[in-house]
Amino acid sequence: MNEPLSKDAVAHIARLARLELGEAELSRFAGQLSAVLEHVEAIQRLDTAEVPPTSHPFELVNVLRDDERSACLPREAVLAAAPAAQDGRFRVPRILGEAP
Amino acid sequence: MSRYTITGETGEWEIVVGLEVHCELLTKTKLFCGCPNAFGDEPNTNVCPVCLGLPGSLPVLNRRAVEMAMAIGTALGCEIRPSSFHRKNYFYPDMPKDYQVTQYDEPLNVEGRLTLVDGTPIGIVRAHMEEDTGKTTHMGGDGRIHGADYSLVDYNRSGVPLVEIVSAPDLRSPEQARSYVSELRAILVATGASDGRMEEGSLRVDANVSVRRFGGEEFGTRCEIKNLNSLRSLVRAIEYESRRQVELLERGGSVDQETRHWNEVEGRTSSMRSKEEAYDYRYFPEPDLVPLAPPAEWIAEVVAKLGLMPAQRRERLASLLGESSEAIEEQVATVIDLGLDDLVVATIASGADSRLVMARAANEAAQQPDAARQLDPERFGELIGLEAAGTLSATQAKAVLGELLTNGGRPADIADRLGFKALASDELGAVIDAVIAANPGEWDRYVGGDDKVAQFLLGKVMRETKGRANGKLVAEALASRRG
Amino acid sequence: MSETEAFAGGALAIAARVRSGELSARVVTEAALEEIAASEPLLHCFNTITAERALAAADAVDAKVLAGEDPGPLAGVPVALKDNLCTRGVPTTCSSRILEGWRPPYDATVVARLSAAGAVSVGKTNLDEFAMGSSTETSATGPTRNPWDPARVPGGSSGGSAAAVAAGLVPLALGSDTGGSIRQPAALCGVVGLKPTYGLVSRYGLVAFASSLDQIGPFALTLADAAATLQVIAGHDERDSTSLAHPVADLATELRRGVEGLRVGVVADFLSEASGSCAAAVRQAADALADAGALVKEVAIPELLHGLSAYYLIAPAEASSNLARYDGVRYGLRVDGDDVQEMNARTRSAGFGDEVKRRIMLGTYVLSAGYYDAYYAQAQRVRTVILRSFARAYEDCDVLLAPTTPSVAFPIGAKTADPLEMYLSDLFTIPTNLAGHPALSVPFALGEEGLPVGVQVLAPALGEGPMLRAGAALEAVAAPGARGPVRPQLGGPLAGVAR
Repeated sequence: MNEPLSKDAVAHIARLARLELGEAELSRFAGQLSAVLEHVEAIQRLDTAEVPPTSHPFELVNVLRDDERSACLPREAVLAAAPAAQDGRFRVPRILGEAP
Repeated sequence: MSRYTITGETGEWEIVVGLEVHCELLTKTKLFCGCPNAFGDEPNTNVCPVCLGLPGSLPVLNRRAVEMAMAIGTALGCEIRPSSFHRKNYFYPDMPKDYQVTQYDEPLNVEGRLTLVDGTPIGIVRAHMEEDTGKTTHMGGDGRIHGADYSLVDYNRSGVPLVEIVSAPDLRSPEQARSYVSELRAILVATGASDGRMEEGSLRVDANVSVRRFGGEEFGTRCEIKNLNSLRSLVRAIEYESRRQVELLERGGSVDQETRHWNEVEGRTSSMRSKEEAYDYRYFPEPDLVPLAPPAEWIAEVVAKLGLMPAQRRERLASLLGESSEAIEEQVATVIDLGLDDLVVATIASGADSRLVMARAANEAAQQPDAARQLDPERFGELIGLEAAGTLSATQAKAVLGELLTNGGRPADIADRLGFKALASDELGAVIDAVIAANPGEWDRYVGGDDKVAQFLLGKVMRETKGRANGKLVAEALASRRG
Repeated sequence: MSETEAFAGGALAIAARVRSGELSARVVTEAALEEIAASEPLLHCFNTITAERALAAADAVDAKVLAGEDPGPLAGVPVALKDNLCTRGVPTTCSSRILEGWRPPYDATVVARLSAAGAVSVGKTNLDEFAMGSSTETSATGPTRNPWDPARVPGGSSGGSAAAVAAGLVPLALGSDTGGSIRQPAALCGVVGLKPTYGLVSRYGLVAFASSLDQIGPFALTLADAAATLQVIAGHDERDSTSLAHPVADLATELRRGVEGLRVGVVADFLSEASGSCAAAVRQAADALADAGALVKEVAIPELLHGLSAYYLIAPAEASSNLARYDGVRYGLRVDGDDVQEMNARTRSAGFGDEVKRRIMLGTYVLSAGYYDAYYAQAQRVRTVILRSFARAYEDCDVLLAPTTPSVAFPIGAKTADPLEMYLSDLFTIPTNLAGHPALSVPFALGEEGLPVGVQVLAPALGEGPMLRAGAALEAVAAPGARGPVRPQLGGPLAGVAR
């Protein structure tokens, strides 16, 4: 865990993040991300065995809305923003795999 | 139930199935925004910044969706727990934010049970809330994903509230799986949370299937099968997939843990994985939502509003009907399915003959379920009373019931109007005597102890009286004449 | 009246004159638009200038005044909006190519509230791409320059808003603060920057960077203007689940309460990490507060120094998910590909700059299978540690005093090659975000090269009152010339107003 990120690891992360990176970028990011990770790894040495995680600063619960209609957007406006649209829908290039 | 096994070349195999059922909730609006939750509208008309995932938009949880989810949990005997939402991250064009908001390690409902009609208990691991995705349509090719030229996306369904019900791997046959889904569907409909329509996709089933040597303890590697759009697909897919796994294992191969797609036309499952794609969902707590921890009073309110579940309804009828038979079980299933059991129970409570009430409800009233659900049990009871007393024959009673359901009124008045007068007993006696005289051979055989001929004689009497005679009374009269 | 006098009164003075009919909102708006246009070639504070809309809004304010209606507490005050706040029909780019051409179909809650209060939005200000940066250099539209020295950065990520106020182009601006993005540029530009308690101001319509840390807040030349702006934008919003239902205090009253008896803790751990002038300013500020009757002492909260590491795990993790939606399907940029995966990847590679890519990858990595516990979960535990250590400090302090930044404004390009070095700019501001607390930066002194130095006042959740009391006391004794407006190569602020 403490070794710097390899180029292969960066390439794997880029795939997960849907980024297309060239060789030069992969090398550069591998170095820069490794440096950041080495710095932040300091917190792994803190003893937090008894400390619960915080994902939100405040303990709000049960924020709910009533099941009531509100306005939708006009379809023309929605599709006007789209890079490609057809038959009232967003058009995308072919999809290679089914949704997981 | 009898054990289900697959006989391979090397021995007997057992199948292990767990089901994940996605149920769209019948809320008015979506899970996190006020867009209508509606099926079949023009594409991309029920969308707003939130369900389109526009930059800057934020989700707010629908109270009614939570109540429906709790109702489902309660109906499945789950414990309702403090819960939270996570983001499940993966890229797919039907998902506007490229993550799905779902419940992960803290689901709302946990550890329940569903009892199959035959009494087999099936564990419910969890029933959690999540948002639905949009819909893609594949264009070109043959309309399927493979070979398509491009795809079109409609986000009307994006953000529709779902409850995903995950069973334990307790199912051991395709039939059990069918029975589970059919009972679960009835429960979901009974809670009012779902319309139960598999064909419209408001109920979607994924099956986790594995096989092991019969009597084995260890689970085999499982495959998840998607695209099961009907009970028939579910049964066929499990049959196919389990056989495929057995054949693979017997040839010395191994099962890859993967997601497979059921092709109804070809009758087979195939791997869905696209080659380079590796999924790593990177779940983490959804920072735009706060935890959901329903207080006890709220849970109690939901529980109090919950009506009877199908199993309770079955028990209630069974206790009124006494000894059961296959025919009666079918009648019970029919009246519960159509929501006529309240009518049946109330009518029996008013003193009517229980078997006769069930028969008329399951056979005749069931033809007009909407009207039948509105029927006054007292009127229905009057009709059953007339038939039981022999005042109306079965044929007449059915006709009166039809009229009662269509136009209302009092059964006795309807019978009068239709000219259904009970045969005076002397008139019936005369007809019976005439029939005996006209069929001496048959009568002799009957007198000689051949009970099968009774049916023939009874038919003759019914024909002579044009159905106005009460079959039960005719049978009694024939028997008394035989001596 | 000279330009400087016109501006010295600030937003509230302009509003008062517009409300009384003494000054027309149109004249104020025209003046602001003129100054903005003139400054653009040098400073580049703005991505979009909405002149026509601004004039129409100003006319509407003037019409209300004429009709005897209440035009609102910020009537006719020109305001600049960070370009990550959604504005209906107006480009909202986040200074990223990926949002090129996108016009939101809705206004952020803060934008609607400002507009309802009579403020006149004049345009969208430059920022580090998606607010990821501390210098406004990662913007796809080019860097904003610091009006104190155009060879230096204004700080970031809300650099455009900070520089616009510092240069006197507008008396008010909104920014967003995820790890210091309001306070750090405020300090480097010599203006007031206020980050409210998390949840006090609705995030609806703020393009998310790190949702559990982001908070919108004002820039102004005076604390009174900043407080008045916060008063307008704060308050519960049912469209943001994390919005607090808590009623907002009357901030103007708090400002006048003085610091007699206020318990102030000086965060000793930060002083050793700050440059000479930045540390010295905090010591002077502490003395000034003591002189004004506050009870001042040093406090040790060494845990806060771990905030930076926790932040650079949590913020990128949330960002990696928040920025997934920029996939070329529904809006913004698309670079075509043979299949949807390829299209996604090409679009994102062309649309995002290096810093955004780095953070997306960092966040993707720390959430990925096998690393979540070591990185993300551990960072969340450190977040708890920081919350607890703040809570301990606030047991006997009402507010804390700290430097806002480790140094004065640095030259453009000085830290772009070393991301980690850049990240360290936020060392003193980050813990506040992790805790969800409020903090503000007050322009207090002049430091190295005659550049402004800010002092930071931190307070516990919903401690805006005591925070503003301490801030007002510091403002009263701040070094002359430590705050804007400064425009080395331009005319005076709101030059047209007086004529």
